[in-house]
Amino acid sequence: MFRGLESIIYKEIIHVLRDRTALLLMLLIPGIQLTIFGYAIDLDVKNVPTVVWNLDGRAESRTLLDAFRNTGTFDFVGTAHSEEDLLGRIVRGDAQVGIKIPPDYTDNLLLGRHTAIQVLIDGSNSTVAMQALNVSNALALRRSIDIINQTIETTQPPVEARPRILFNPDMRTANFMVPGLVGIIMQMITMFLTAFAVVRERENGALEQLMVTPVSRFGLMLGKLIPYAVIGVFETVTVLLLMRFVFGVPIAGNLVLLAFFSIIFLFTALGLGLLISTFAENQVQAVQMAIPIVLPSVLLSGFVFPQESMPYPIYLIAQVIPATYFIHILRGIILRGATFIDLWPSGLILAVMGLAVFIVSTLRFHKTVS
Amino acid sequence: MEAIIAAENLTRRFGTFTAVDDVTLQIQKGDIFGFLGPNGSGKTTLIRMLCGLLEPSSGRATVLGFDTARESEQVKRHIGYMSQKFSLYTDLTVLENLRFYAGVYGLPREQRTQRIDQVIDVVGIGDYRRRLAGQLSGGWKQRLALACALVHQPQLMFLDEPTAGIDPVARRDLWNLLFDLAGQGVTFFVTTHYMDEAERCSHVGYIYFSKLMVHGSPHELKQLPEVTPPDTVRLQVKCQNLVGAMQTLVALNDVRDVTIFGDSLHVLAETGADARLSDALHRAGYGPTEVAPISPTLEDVFVTLTRMHAGGNHV
Repeated sequence: MFRGLESIIYKEIIHVLRDRTALLLMLLIPGIQLTIFGYAIDLDVKNVPTVVWNLDGRAESRTLLDAFRNTGTFDFVGTAHSEEDLLGRIVRGDAQVGIKIPPDYTDNLLLGRHTAIQVLIDGSNSTVAMQALNVSNALALRRSIDIINQTIETTQPPVEARPRILFNPDMRTANFMVPGLVGIIMQMITMFLTAFAVVRERENGALEQLMVTPVSRFGLMLGKLIPYAVIGVFETVTVLLLMRFVFGVPIAGNLVLLAFFSIIFLFTALGLGLLISTFAENQVQAVQMAIPIVLPSVLLSGFVFPQESMPYPIYLIAQVIPATYFIHILRGIILRGATFIDLWPSGLILAVMGLAVFIVSTLRFHKTVS
Repeated sequence: MEAIIAAENLTRRFGTFTAVDDVTLQIQKGDIFGFLGPNGSGKTTLIRMLCGLLEPSSGRATVLGFDTARESEQVKRHIGYMSQKFSLYTDLTVLENLRFYAGVYGLPREQRTQRIDQVIDVVGIGDYRRRLAGQLSGGWKQRLALACALVHQPQLMFLDEPTAGIDPVARRDLWNLLFDLAGQGVTFFVTTHYMDEAERCSHVGYIYFSKLMVHGSPHELKQLPEVTPPDTVRLQVKCQNLVGAMQTLVALNDVRDVTIFGDSLHVLAETGADARLSDALHRAGYGPTEVAPISPTLEDVFVTLTRMHAGGNHV
């Protein structure tokens, strides 16, 4: 059934080792991508450029502005001198937040009267806008409570929620995003390894020569998969090391478990590459065929958007993407210290998918031309 | 004796195009079968069907007693195949390529080294063992390809244009090698465009527009009545200005066909027309002439048959 397996592996290893440039690229690219994207993808909102129009200028208004600045969310980039100026800077994109303090702000506070400051927020980036809105509201509330406390002699607000965030207490984006990024990058890179390995051979005619030998289809396919699985393991180790030591994401769970599930995932992703290779006549076609797999992997796998809020049909699509399960496993082990008992269903689905993809690719591969 | 290759009404269609049309053919053990025909006439398609790479649309073929469609794996195990394009691994050395094929053909591990040494000797590539296949010259590449196809000691070899694009010396060397192997009982099915190669084959076949026009030994084909019809004779004419002379001869009633052949003309004319030919050429000022009867070459055979088939009025 696996006739020729050992010879195919022998040959693939020579191919890989002899092309040093390609080998170096294979080993470095995942790490480079993780580093670039890991730094780029940061949902923590800090230093939002903010412009201030302070019509009051006295102590109370300066205290309030200091409070804004101290949150770290706002970065004061300038002072406006009119309504048009304030708005204009936001429209131009110089600032995303504009704070207007009315001339009677201090007066009203001293007289114990209600006063309002205006906070203009650029809603075109919803993440930034949401954060600016929340911080502004919280600041105003905090300030109000302080003032109320001074007038009526209580020290504590009557009701207080005490949330406790488990597993990523600082809510660092990196801790959430980088493990997901590991999953996405591994899915993309490994898929192309096997797809190209087969298609290249089809392009240069060697596959036709091979088809006239008694090599078996399973031997050929598995022989193409195994050497690249070894490379995939190297790549996975690289990106996990970078995640741990460059991005400082601690791995809470068991490393052996992580390795075990990673290997299952590699098998599935490499299998997908083989499946592509049974359709593609050349490398350009292989790339084109990979795109419908790559994009959903990035957008639907739960890497960026939570799957829970997807419409049901799209949610279903997301469930057939291997990266969905691998990201679930990665986040589980790395962030929550999840165990085999918690994650085996995802692992099983990945394994079944991988096996199905491998068998279908092999059966689709014919030792005939058409 | 059972034929090594036996094709019966073998046909392959691609959509509405028929690439191989109703080919019936038998090849015996030890033959060197030369397969000729213009590009796109169906040579490669026929080879692919015989190797079990392509299923026939209708008809059947047995190779070494195995049905090429139903027992293609058995066929593949026992034949050697060299495709048109050099398709070994250029980033592997000569030795690595051979080891790879020895493994793929399932040679027992303990025999591999010995067998590889043998084929290296046979094709004489010993000096290049450790050279990358991509760095070999055309002739040596073909020898390596031949060695790889020989590694499992096949009784039958399919070579698709093995000498295309290699120099004349390497071409002759390769053919000498084929004769040596044929002497050891290997049967060859070789496609070629070269008439001199065809002349050296024990049998030849000519495919034109998907149909196998003729097959047989070169000698048999030259005797075919269609090639030299009764009451005609093939003449070699030497004279001045071959192009002008050809036009003069074509205009004569008793001349059926004229072809330029090196420094002479090959003429198919009615019996007894020799003198009239010389006269006409003298009058046109192309003398002195020399006219002698010859037997047809294989090229004459194929050209004549092609024209006949194409509905030409020269014959």
